[in-house]
Amino acid sequence: MKNALGVEIPEYIDGLGELQPYQGVWNSVLKGDVASQTVPTVLKAQKAHVSKMCDSLEDAIKKSQPFDGMTVSCHHHLRGGDGVLMQAIAILDKMGIKDITLASSSLTSAHDGLVPYVESGMITRIFSSGIRGRLGEIISMGKLKHPAVIHSHGGRVRDIMSGRIKPDLALLAASAADEEGNATGAHGPSAFGSMGYADIDARYAKTVVVVTDNLVEYPCVPPSVRQHFVDYVVTVDSIGDASKIASGTTRITSSPMDLRIARIAATVIEHSGLFKNGMSFQVGAGGASLAVAKFLREDMKRKSIQGSFMIGGVTSYGVDMLEEGLFKAIFDVQSFDAAVSTSVLNNPQHIEITCDQYANPNNCGAMTNKLDVVVLGALEVDVDFNVNVITGSSGEIRGASGGHSDTASGANLSVVVCPSFRGRLPIIMDRVHTVVTPGESVDVIVTERGVCVNPSKPNLAAALKKAGVNVVDIRDLKKEVDSMTGIPAEKKLGDKIVALVEYRDGTIIDVIKNVTNLE
Amino acid sequence: MTPKFKAQAGTFESSDIMVLIEPVAEGSGRQVDISSTVMLQFEEDLKTCINQVLDVMEIENVHLIAKDKGALTPTIKARVETAVKRSLGIQEGTL
Repeated sequence: MKNALGVEIPEYIDGLGELQPYQGVWNSVLKGDVASQTVPTVLKAQKAHVSKMCDSLEDAIKKSQPFDGMTVSCHHHLRGGDGVLMQAIAILDKMGIKDITLASSSLTSAHDGLVPYVESGMITRIFSSGIRGRLGEIISMGKLKHPAVIHSHGGRVRDIMSGRIKPDLALLAASAADEEGNATGAHGPSAFGSMGYADIDARYAKTVVVVTDNLVEYPCVPPSVRQHFVDYVVTVDSIGDASKIASGTTRITSSPMDLRIARIAATVIEHSGLFKNGMSFQVGAGGASLAVAKFLREDMKRKSIQGSFMIGGVTSYGVDMLEEGLFKAIFDVQSFDAAVSTSVLNNPQHIEITCDQYANPNNCGAMTNKLDVVVLGALEVDVDFNVNVITGSSGEIRGASGGHSDTASGANLSVVVCPSFRGRLPIIMDRVHTVVTPGESVDVIVTERGVCVNPSKPNLAAALKKAGVNVVDIRDLKKEVDSMTGIPAEKKLGDKIVALVEYRDGTIIDVIKNVTNLE
Repeated sequence: MTPKFKAQAGTFESSDIMVLIEPVAEGSGRQVDISSTVMLQFEEDLKTCINQVLDVMEIENVHLIAKDKGALTPTIKARVETAVKRSLGIQEGTL
């Protein structure tokens, strides 16, 4: 069967079950065809004053009664510094547990150690919003038994609520926790800020284990994860490498190219009709995307604009803007640097939210649906405004869906910033290799050579032209760029589906085929 | 013409190409070794582009090593031309 973008989607995949084809950004909601919350909560009643403390991570995992075919879930707030997931997988492997489904909110450079467990068939399914590095390469080569499922942050919450992902064991790393399992990332030697992705695992997993390297006297405040969901608590020497978890403050790029793109993007926002008091705003943490915040900050001061709230993906730069009064609040599902943890802990206007509240498409109050402006990055875009943030130039899995499609769908203005080519690779394609965010939800693509406005927004294009923005037809821009870079050779792909890209409503928006020239 | 000296042009910066030339004996032909961050996408294009410059400059015996970081065609041609001129001792127009 074909989905709304013309991608052939198999009706059934061994090990994953039936698939539904993507039918449009709001199709599921408009038709009322949304997955209901059918998964019962787990009965966890116990007698009074029973200790939850375990001697070791191994002890805690044994108490969860692991079995072949189980699903292990975790959050990725420790990012590249995560030291918990690899320990847990090694313990499960030692116990001889096989056929594991790994359901992490994302996977980072800290998880290349999973490669041998995938190759040996110990891990047979992966649900994640991102897969990178060597792990992405070997999955792209077809070494994971069943196709990996790439979901968005909001989509993961829906996946768990609807039973698509059924966590048997949730391992929730925390930088501070107490004996009952109240846990937070807001303080402690390994502080990482918001713990937003962990909430859904705590609520739905059969066994919930809080793992900390900083057991504090009861009660642990703030209780980001709450005790009545937690079965066991264990202290370990270290939950990871603090310097890779969160350090210092995030700096604005000094790349002239990124700064130019960001300056143009801020001008686009200023003349979009949304640049006024009460504006809400989200920006990514990387390169040109974060640099937009720098210019927006200057523009807001210049025009005396006070925004309403920021969400995200929060950096110290966002915290500075909150403290300057440019926004009234930050809703924080994930914090990117050490300075943000302090703000989460101390500033009542800096509000930690769950991923459910952040982006779940099936609730009635996702923050992404209240968003005015979002600025997003891209690996590739195409002439229909579709965006790829998951596969690289060879077709290999090397990125993350994250909140890209969630925020793009909800925001009044979704702005994608990217250079027109990177190291000779043209960024504008006839069709992106993998669609993560459909063009229907993308309004503007900003490059250093011109701004492309989705033809569905003619008024916006007219307003930007009037303001002197260099608005160009995306097909013309593509031709210009191709003439400079040349056309890249065709990717070497096989017939095997190695990953499915799930749109936020659970339908399949694209499939990723194996790459044959990777080693 | 045949290169007389070892020579180089370019840098290892992104979007540039480093071209190294080593003189070889008459009659040993062209050996062109290319490595590139965009090898999978532009290998043929790189080969063609480098050989075109060597053809124009009538260089038949040479060992050329190119380390590419995604340079555009005009950059590649300029770097090869400069490296060749330096290896021939014709420095006009080059630094």
